[in-house]
Amino acid sequence: MTAETAIAIRPTGRPLFRRRSAIPGFTLTLGVTLTVLSLIVLIPLSAVALKAAQLSPSEFLAVAFSQRAMAAYRLTFGAAFVAAVINGVFGVLTAWALVRYEFPGKALVNALVDLPFALPTAVAGIALATLYAPNGWVGSLLTPLGIKAAYNPIGVTIALVFIGLPFVVRTIEPVLRDLSDDVEEAAASLGAGRLSTIFRIVLPALGPSWLTGFALAFARGIGEYGSVIFIAGNMPFKSEIAPLLIIIQLEQFEYAHAAAIAVVMLAVSFLMLLIINAVQAWARRFS
Amino acid sequence: MTISIRSVEKKFGRYPALNKVGLEIADGELLALLGPSGSGKTTLLRVIAGLEFPDAGQVLFHDQDVTFASAAARRVGFVFQQYALFKHMTVAKNIAFGLDVRKGKDKPSKVEITRRVDELLRLVELEGLGGRYPSQLSGGQRQRVALSRALAVQPSVLLLDEPFGALDATVRKSLRKELRRVHDATGVTTIFVTHDQEEALDLADRVAILNQGVIEQVGTPEQVHDHPVSPFVCGFVGESNRFEGVVSGGRFTSGSVFLPATGLADGPAVAFARPHDFSLDGSGFEVRVNRVHIQGALAHVDAETADGRRIDVVTSRDQAEHFTGTVRLAARKAHVFPA
Repeated sequence: MTAETAIAIRPTGRPLFRRRSAIPGFTLTLGVTLTVLSLIVLIPLSAVALKAAQLSPSEFLAVAFSQRAMAAYRLTFGAAFVAAVINGVFGVLTAWALVRYEFPGKALVNALVDLPFALPTAVAGIALATLYAPNGWVGSLLTPLGIKAAYNPIGVTIALVFIGLPFVVRTIEPVLRDLSDDVEEAAASLGAGRLSTIFRIVLPALGPSWLTGFALAFARGIGEYGSVIFIAGNMPFKSEIAPLLIIIQLEQFEYAHAAAIAVVMLAVSFLMLLIINAVQAWARRFS
Repeated sequence: MTISIRSVEKKFGRYPALNKVGLEIADGELLALLGPSGSGKTTLLRVIAGLEFPDAGQVLFHDQDVTFASAAARRVGFVFQQYALFKHMTVAKNIAFGLDVRKGKDKPSKVEITRRVDELLRLVELEGLGGRYPSQLSGGQRQRVALSRALAVQPSVLLLDEPFGALDATVRKSLRKELRRVHDATGVTTIFVTHDQEEALDLADRVAILNQGVIEQVGTPEQVHDHPVSPFVCGFVGESNRFEGVVSGGRFTSGSVFLPATGLADGPAVAFARPHDFSLDGSGFEVRVNRVHIQGALAHVDAETADGRRIDVVTSRDQAEHFTGTVRLAARKAHVFPA
């Protein structure tokens, strides 16, 4: 036996912040994550806050909580919420149809679901506005019923439903697919009818991923600009969304005013996503 | 509850999963459906459960035709291999589910349901775990929950599809005893599917052996082990050495190996001899001993004939020392089937 064949075991110090783990890459992945998050998310967002801080507190309140801004927040968050709820219902149905059944043209439907991801939002907005305008294909059918679907909050909601649908479908789909048949068979053998099985077994199991899809669609709806402005009509106090208000301020070179409104939107969005995350953690208590 | 299965057929595409299967199950019986994968045993269980419907034939519960009745209408308790627990419900809610979904006057009161759940948790020795979620339980505990969930509705028959298949050996053995105990305590007619012959022979009152969609033999564990009716049963149940050869004059010969075949007609045949039916015998055939390993009270001998065929022999431990070098073996008995 020579010294070369002996394996050198060097005593290493206990790491300060983490436990030793056999799974590699902790330092690398966390480092990259923090760097990217800082460059892409944190630094620009703090710049927004800094810009807004140029205003005095009273100026900030006057700009950020003016009547016009309040109306815009209400519309933005309200329409995004309603659209997310609508997507929450139809997204589940769409995912259900895609996962559970074979039908002709399924591949086409599957591709169509993703289209709102890919389509330039302005194209979607123009198309929707043309369709839902009082003289458009759909709008002309709604007008006799006394429903005005474009150039008002309903129009905003329609645009946000379009934008948000894939989020719910694509988050529900894999979970629904993984839900094994035997769980439903077990429910049936225990005497549950079809409706009981769906409402007591399948939908609760989808709960956490549904919330994820809902949160994504909601967040997307809050930030959506391109498709909405074409169908909204953009009347101050009525159908003007907060992102548009920010653009208007920018066009008037009121950068600090734009930042103030942005800060409010950021704060509210962040708060809402935090709440949704908390609800999600609660809903996942069983896994 | 007696169950009759009458010439049931079921095809999946072109592939026949069950081919004119007939079976009678007595009230309170514990029956095993034993067979290799693809033999149709799970399909038969699912047809009995009402989770699958036959293409032809009848299923009778207590002389009542239930062939096309739903699983719920049959009041069967079904236990799945992968437990199939409701992950978003606590253990207690899982067990209570079957009672909770009932409607109107069939639905027991809350107090009644709680009492029943507690009773079942005691029966499967899971007291105090009612508030846990399935993800917080071990595999064995999950299967106990699945068992008590199936029992909660007081099923007319309890059906288990490879109930211990996903568990490790120790847990499997203890749950096996548990199932026997629960069966004896409740007296419910029970049918379980397994591909593990040891499990079937150990646990069941009777065993039905399936192969390629056909029931080959039904009988007590002793019957199917000691008196197999077909080469398949003989090869599938218990350990055996298989030989191909000819019968002539009441003796089966295959190369240098010969076995007793009293009363059989001359002609080509296939023979099976159990490892423990061999013993040292000066008038027997010659084999070379390759290895002897001791396992508890038994000695396992790996032997080889002159033409290179392997023979497994099991003998008592005190005989082990005699198995060295070249020895002569004879079989006390053999199962010989005309080929």
